[in-house]
Amino acid sequence: MDARSVVIKGAKNFLAHTPGLVRHGSRPSRDIAGDSGVVEVIGERLRTFEEAGAYAPNRAYLGGLTPDELSRLDRPWYALGGDFERSQRYGRIMPEDEFYGVMKMMDDFDLLWLDQGFSRRVAESLAEKGGWTAEQLGKLESGVSAEQVAGQLGEGAGNLPMYLRGGELIGVMNAAHRQDASLFADVLLENLACKAAAVMAVKVLLEDLDLDPLSFPYILNSGEEAVGDRYQRGGGNLAKAIGKECGLVNSTGSDVKAFCTGPNHAVLLGAALISSGIFERLIVVGGCSLAKLGMKYQGHVRKGMPILEDVLAGSAILMERNCGVGPVLRLDSVGKHDVGAGGAQPAILAELVSKPLERLGLAYSDVDKYATEMHNPEVTEPAGSGNVPELNYKLIAALAVRGGQLERHEMPEFVSRHGMPGFSPTQGHIASAIPFMPHAVEGLSTGSLNRVMFLAKGSLFLGRMTQMSDGLSFIIEPND
Amino acid sequence: MELKGKRVIALGERDGIQGDSIASVARSAGAEVVLEVTHCFV
Repeated sequence: MDARSVVIKGAKNFLAHTPGLVRHGSRPSRDIAGDSGVVEVIGERLRTFEEAGAYAPNRAYLGGLTPDELSRLDRPWYALGGDFERSQRYGRIMPEDEFYGVMKMMDDFDLLWLDQGFSRRVAESLAEKGGWTAEQLGKLESGVSAEQVAGQLGEGAGNLPMYLRGGELIGVMNAAHRQDASLFADVLLENLACKAAAVMAVKVLLEDLDLDPLSFPYILNSGEEAVGDRYQRGGGNLAKAIGKECGLVNSTGSDVKAFCTGPNHAVLLGAALISSGIFERLIVVGGCSLAKLGMKYQGHVRKGMPILEDVLAGSAILMERNCGVGPVLRLDSVGKHDVGAGGAQPAILAELVSKPLERLGLAYSDVDKYATEMHNPEVTEPAGSGNVPELNYKLIAALAVRGGQLERHEMPEFVSRHGMPGFSPTQGHIASAIPFMPHAVEGLSTGSLNRVMFLAKGSLFLGRMTQMSDGLSFIIEPND
Repeated sequence: MELKGKRVIALGERDGIQGDSIASVARSAGAEVVLEVTHCFV
């Protein structure tokens, strides 16, 4: 066994169903500012926890279904209903009241004030499920009165009301500064939610795989939220804050920022840290993107659908030095979108897919599954954004045709066999490749899969500092 | 369409054709690109 070899030992996903927070997503909040009637329009289309839990793409995200099983279900998926468990094979889903409680427990600066009755009720529920320290649960003990909440929500205060799905006011998110836009309530809400979702993902990983928190020396956060103040906007290191809340007291960490390519870059850097011998094991984590809640609600309302962007997501990956268990990350398989590569989609995919395959002497069909942008098409299509994973699979198939490895008429079969339906919530970096990681780890360990490529793309141009995109890929295979 | 001497706004999409690709094509056809932007709709 190669001493430099690195394995993906496990991976877990997390969802919080947060319909009450949809109004604070970027698109809804901007529309509500212009027309308060939008609140009611959105409120009529919010799903119950049972509906969100039973939603087939959410079950696929948490391992209740395989993507191939999802592909055999008739659409619309939101009309199928069904049963679900809060704990599934690859993760857990949490209702909004408990997630507000987790956010409060993660709140070191008393920014989120919760109504005392609500807070105590949630504390009981979270204590019953276990896994929290007395100090964390203690933050839920007191709460505030309805008058105190109302007092914080006066005009010009800059604070945000916190609601449940049915419109019940249960708290307030306070700004930390009146002039510093980096510490306004909306930014802090995004950051706190991201921290809470990431903590939940790591806790699910630790608990489900029975891992010792003290055994971790490092944690890499790949979330996109810009934690900082006016002098160091996006300064970051949410990783360390996440580690503290999960009891990883022997660890430190750092954030890897690369838009939606962040998780893939973080996995690559994690592999380098392990392969070099600096660390034996580490966790790569990504929290949620609250700003993307309800991003396409207009399309969903127009089509008479429920608003499907009502969940916050997290993902955690356990990486270790290879001791014989877990799929191996091939260190020689990295595909990268270089500065000089150009921005056209075929050029990007040639860098991420064609070049590494050619270098390794592999054919396109030697990769069982390509995990690409896994956005759920039922979310994107009603808003005119198309079927993103399918578009990527067609392009990969077209590259195979151009390379003389596939006949043109074989493209649909290639897409069906080597692709999969999008099943990820549209949660920014979370949707890029890594939702398939738990499926891949199991499939490569049990023999149902022999090779998986993870390829992610990032929209660097959104930050207005470059017109470029980004992309990174790697392959994982069974352990020898 | 004759693009020579025309002014072009290049609006691209991440998973489709990006703004800089449209702008390159337009410039090569003799157009003046006054704005190039790429959006991400996911």
